[in-house]
Amino acid sequence: MIISIASGKGGTGKTTVATNLCASLDADLMLLDCDVEEPNAHLFLNPNITEEKKVNAPVPKVDLSLCTRCKKCMEICRYGAIAVAGKAVVTFPELCHSCGGCMVVCPEKAITETDRFIGTVETGSLGLPEGASFGQGLLDIGQVMAPPVIKQVRQLEGQKKLTIIDAPPGTSCPVIAAMKGTDFVLLVTEPTPFGLHDLTLAVEAVKLLDIPCGLVINRAGLGNDGVNNYAQKENIPILLEIPFDKRIASAYSKGELLVRALPEYKEIFKGLYTSIEALVNRKGAA
Amino acid sequence: MKELVILSGKGGTGKTSLTSAFASLAGNMMLCDADVDAADLHLIMNPDIRETHDFAGGYEAQIIPDACTGCGQCMELCRFDAVKPVQDAGIFHINGLDCEGCGVCADLCPESAITFEEKICGQWFASGTRFGDMIHARLGIAEENSGRLVALVREEARKRVLAARIDILLTDGPPGIGCPVIASIGQANAVLIVTEPTVSGIHDMERVAQLAAHFKIPAMVCINKYDLNPDQARAIEVIAEKRNMAYVGKIPFDPAFTKAMIQCKTIMETHGDSPAATQIRQIWNRVMAHPAMKMDRLC
Repeated sequence: MIISIASGKGGTGKTTVATNLCASLDADLMLLDCDVEEPNAHLFLNPNITEEKKVNAPVPKVDLSLCTRCKKCMEICRYGAIAVAGKAVVTFPELCHSCGGCMVVCPEKAITETDRFIGTVETGSLGLPEGASFGQGLLDIGQVMAPPVIKQVRQLEGQKKLTIIDAPPGTSCPVIAAMKGTDFVLLVTEPTPFGLHDLTLAVEAVKLLDIPCGLVINRAGLGNDGVNNYAQKENIPILLEIPFDKRIASAYSKGELLVRALPEYKEIFKGLYTSIEALVNRKGAA
Repeated sequence: MKELVILSGKGGTGKTSLTSAFASLAGNMMLCDADVDAADLHLIMNPDIRETHDFAGGYEAQIIPDACTGCGQCMELCRFDAVKPVQDAGIFHINGLDCEGCGVCADLCPESAITFEEKICGQWFASGTRFGDMIHARLGIAEENSGRLVALVREEARKRVLAARIDILLTDGPPGIGCPVIASIGQANAVLIVTEPTVSGIHDMERVAQLAAHFKIPAMVCINKYDLNPDQARAIEVIAEKRNMAYVGKIPFDPAFTKAMIQCKTIMETHGDSPAATQIRQIWNRVMAHPAMKMDRLC
């Protein structure tokens, strides 16, 4: 089973839920941090990183001795990543989406592909639960394309019975790349107007992907009851409410797992997993 | 004309609450919401929308079932796994969610059976608010090209700021360090990084600080909810100095932010005498006194 943890709004507690869920289960599992712009799960789980793999995107390289300046490459490129001006052929690797179109249309076979470094995928193991594994992506500073790095992290899926994915915030392509094809989306929000607004966007995205979902309300009691009312109206099960509690905020600030600071949460997160399992099985049976 | 972009790396540190507080202090200003993915500034600003424009952000390929002969070339060409066979039909189908809009399949289909049309990926708005005008947008769910929409709203905002002789543009940035963030900082006077005294807040601040340095945009740092962990707050001050970023102040944790948000108001309007509001005034003064904010970047 693959559970993705998403939110719409940033800073609502995705990583808190992902890491504590992971540390509460005695399952054969892996955690994949797909927030490749700002991965934080490692700060709480302290994985032992054993392997580092570069993520490269293929970009065109033109052999000028073969090129007849026919401009077919420039015509097919929708991203303005290759230009022919007089005798010069210029490529703009940072604009390239690696579609390979220029290489396919070149009648002289003057275009080959070369690698452009865009990020790193790190893998390793976790102490808690024992035998669990960990993977995360890191978008290189200054690079724009998060989805290829996310896809590379998700190549690690399937090695364990349970995969927990920590998704990036938002509702655009990086989030879709992290949620797509997962069995369940656990949405984490806070009970504030911003939390509610961005939750409604995240729910639309989840509906588009047709994945069952449930809700965790973090910092419950801090704001108003807009989120609860919305969940009820939309028939989204509220699986857990974590109260606003300075002890939780303080543990988080130090990089300490909630289940370590307040051990009673271990059973609560186990219960959360049981509820998710039941919802996934119900969808499977339907 | 000057532009300040409010960033954080990590989401939820208070970018939008602080941007709206600044809006009530800045005088002759304009607002730009560059978080087009999960825009929230309008919830405080309650904008009166005067103009609505479509954002045609890209193209999408679609196979005409009757014209498809099932040769499968499109599937072979597609690098994004967007083309899939239709079960028992001998033809193919393109999944719009996976289509990158490169058009390679459409250009090369031997039967010309693939349409390739521009699609509307969102909308952008020009509005009035009680503090000044505001340019904002909404990207469609699951759409691509958020960076292009961010670039567009900023360009519109900067154009209007110049035409109306506005002193300062306040841009509420997106979280992260990727495509929309990069689109939100180019040519700005400075970025203000709002962080929090947590391991994640610090980690993400360092990544966005590196990004600002990479693009040579001066950066300042302020700490929100500093009293959650004063030791981490001090560590942030040290990092700011080490990275050559001006440290402009710290704001205590204050439920007044949430109370103001629930009333669709800025904290300056509802709790103007609170310790948090006092700190925000000081931060604003220090930001405006920063050398990078003295220069006119657009004239």
